[in-house]
Amino acid sequence: MKRYTIFVITENFIGILNRITIIFTRRGINIDALTASESRLPGIHRITIEVTATEDTVIQLVNQIEKIIDVIKAFHHEDESVVYQEIALYKIPVSKLDGGLEKIIRQHNAKIIAAEPEFVVLELTGHKEQTQELLEILKEYGLLEFARSGRVAVAKRMLTIDSFVK
Amino acid sequence: MKESKIRGADIVVRALIEEQADLIFGYPGGAIMPVYDALYDYHDQLRHVLTRHEQGAIHAAQGYARVSGKVGVCIATSGPGATNLITGLADAQIDSTPLVCITGQVAAHLLGTDAFQETDVVGISMPGTKWNIQVRRVEDIAPAIAKGFYIAKSGRPGPVLIDITKNAQVDFGEFNYVRCEGFRSYKTQIPVEKSAIQKAAFLINMAKRPYLLFGQGVILGKAEDELKSFLEKSGIPAASTLLGSGALSQDHPNYVGKLGMHGNYAPNLLTNQCDVLIAVGMRFDDRVTGDLKRYAKQAKVIHLELDPSEINKIVKCEVAVIGNSKESLALLTEAVTQKSHPEWMAKFRELEQEENAAVINNDLKPSKVGLTMGEVIHNINQYKADDAVLVTDVGQHQMIAWRYFNYKKTRTQVTSGGLGTMGFALPAALGAQLHDYSRQVICVVGDGGIQMTIQELGTIMQTKAPVKIVLLNNNFLGMVRQWQQMFFDKRYSFTELDNPDFIKIAEAYSIKAQKVTDRGDLQEAIEDMLIHDGPFFLEVVVEKEDNVFPMIATGCSVEEVRLS
Repeated sequence: MKRYTIFVITENFIGILNRITIIFTRRGINIDALTASESRLPGIHRITIEVTATEDTVIQLVNQIEKIIDVIKAFHHEDESVVYQEIALYKIPVSKLDGGLEKIIRQHNAKIIAAEPEFVVLELTGHKEQTQELLEILKEYGLLEFARSGRVAVAKRMLTIDSFVK
Repeated sequence: MKESKIRGADIVVRALIEEQADLIFGYPGGAIMPVYDALYDYHDQLRHVLTRHEQGAIHAAQGYARVSGKVGVCIATSGPGATNLITGLADAQIDSTPLVCITGQVAAHLLGTDAFQETDVVGISMPGTKWNIQVRRVEDIAPAIAKGFYIAKSGRPGPVLIDITKNAQVDFGEFNYVRCEGFRSYKTQIPVEKSAIQKAAFLINMAKRPYLLFGQGVILGKAEDELKSFLEKSGIPAASTLLGSGALSQDHPNYVGKLGMHGNYAPNLLTNQCDVLIAVGMRFDDRVTGDLKRYAKQAKVIHLELDPSEINKIVKCEVAVIGNSKESLALLTEAVTQKSHPEWMAKFRELEQEENAAVINNDLKPSKVGLTMGEVIHNINQYKADDAVLVTDVGQHQMIAWRYFNYKKTRTQVTSGGLGTMGFALPAALGAQLHDYSRQVICVVGDGGIQMTIQELGTIMQTKAPVKIVLLNNNFLGMVRQWQQMFFDKRYSFTELDNPDFIKIAEAYSIKAQKVTDRGDLQEAIEDMLIHDGPFFLEVVVEKEDNVFPMIATGCSVEEVRLS
């Protein structure tokens, strides 16, 4: 089992996400994370799916996704062949802010992006291992809430979606 | 050709006519009533057949599509009407049958409010359709139908569902029909790679014991002639899957039999002795492969297939030839050398003799008192037309009828293969018959399955479709009983049936009916049935506890195929 990123280039139609996710559900495979956004071409969306599976399985998944009528193209990549980021937000009570926490924020290159009378919100962008590491530390500081995005990623390969959209 | 505005419901019907639909099946209801109102105006251009249940409508559309090669069309209302289509959709999806199903839906402003007969049919049918869409505006109706027909019939065919809200059916819009000829996210024409053909031809030319398996892909790709030419040049023995039957005449010298759990002895056994295995338009169903870990491990596999997602899905292949089998088989025929494999072919014929002695002779010409399903089919073979269509349900009778029916022409086999839908046969036979009244359509069905859709005798009565229904009655859910006998210590848990008087039921529907219990009456009854002008119901009471052999039990390898 390995971690893979699946890119799906698709028409922006109602129900397309449902058609994609049932391919995973039917095979009992969990989606680790999923993000969807517009691509740089109008009307075309890209969906990024993170999944832990064997290569055989991931190839089957990609083949089935590509078979969906409104999907233009689907690819899979191992972590080494994509550049990816995730964003994490941490809500900490103001009462826990002290010199120790300040040092941790600096060491991890996290930012305070909001300050309210009772709490502050920290932001860290990076790979899951990095945001997870900070999460473990902040648990000691009365962490109130934590949220992490799915992976956003671009492939290292010099291939653009234009070649599939004609 | 622009003209003044017409109702959305008229657009639906005129779009169907533009797509050359000539026969559709359906059942009316609240949310589809505007379309039914429009059908009234166009009944001279488009024939609608009222079935007795929506499941009957969709299976009839499947039967129509399978024999005609055209897109089957059915119509149902929202809610329960739509959900009654689901079994047929799943069946058409797994058996690659082109369908366009149109369902009514509550008005757009009521969507999501639990309105009367509202159900999320687009959500429910998503895994069982090739494509589906909800249309909420009149101007979107014609483009959706055009796209739906294109998707249903192109590439690997499949079912499409178009859900149309009632407001879209009653609103007025312009009718300016443009047929769909493709769009950017859907590629149907994949050119065959020449290098794959060369690699495949190299393996075939070197092979000592090459063996070809063909499936329904040959029929869907209209590649029957190309298959025949390839076999005649290469001299390779060929076996058929369940749905591939008919793609090659069984009289052809290269034809060696049928594959799978209840297929023939030699074709299964020798799968594990060939050196090159050529699979054409088939998907290595588990009922064909048996235990995959012991399936054709010694062979180099060449897979000719249109759908790229089938490549390496079940069996890893040495060479994948992606594309329409009509094109790939023609290219492959050019690339291989003329050969014959007499010794290898003789092996098939030797094992065929073993199967004859151990199974077939007893099935077709039994010495025991009770009638066998096999001898019924054997008698049908004596009198049937060459292009007679055999429609079967699911179970023992299906396997026996398939094993012994003499397939000579393409598109003569209609059965529920992948899904195994009991209740399929009677409505499917109706659909096949209504496509062509002059063609012999023989519906072989069991006493379990017929009772799942027996109400369609009413549609047969009303349409006077001259379907020949052969009920093989053993008063058991026979296939389940066979498994209970073999694998569950004869614990016959809920498989025995107290059946009604089927003859009275048929006669209540004004269908001529006859019951046969003695061997002496069988031949004449079948002859009478086949020459009868109109529908005919023949009940044959067969041996209660006969089993279907050969058999590859679940978990066994193809080489463990049993003769008893």
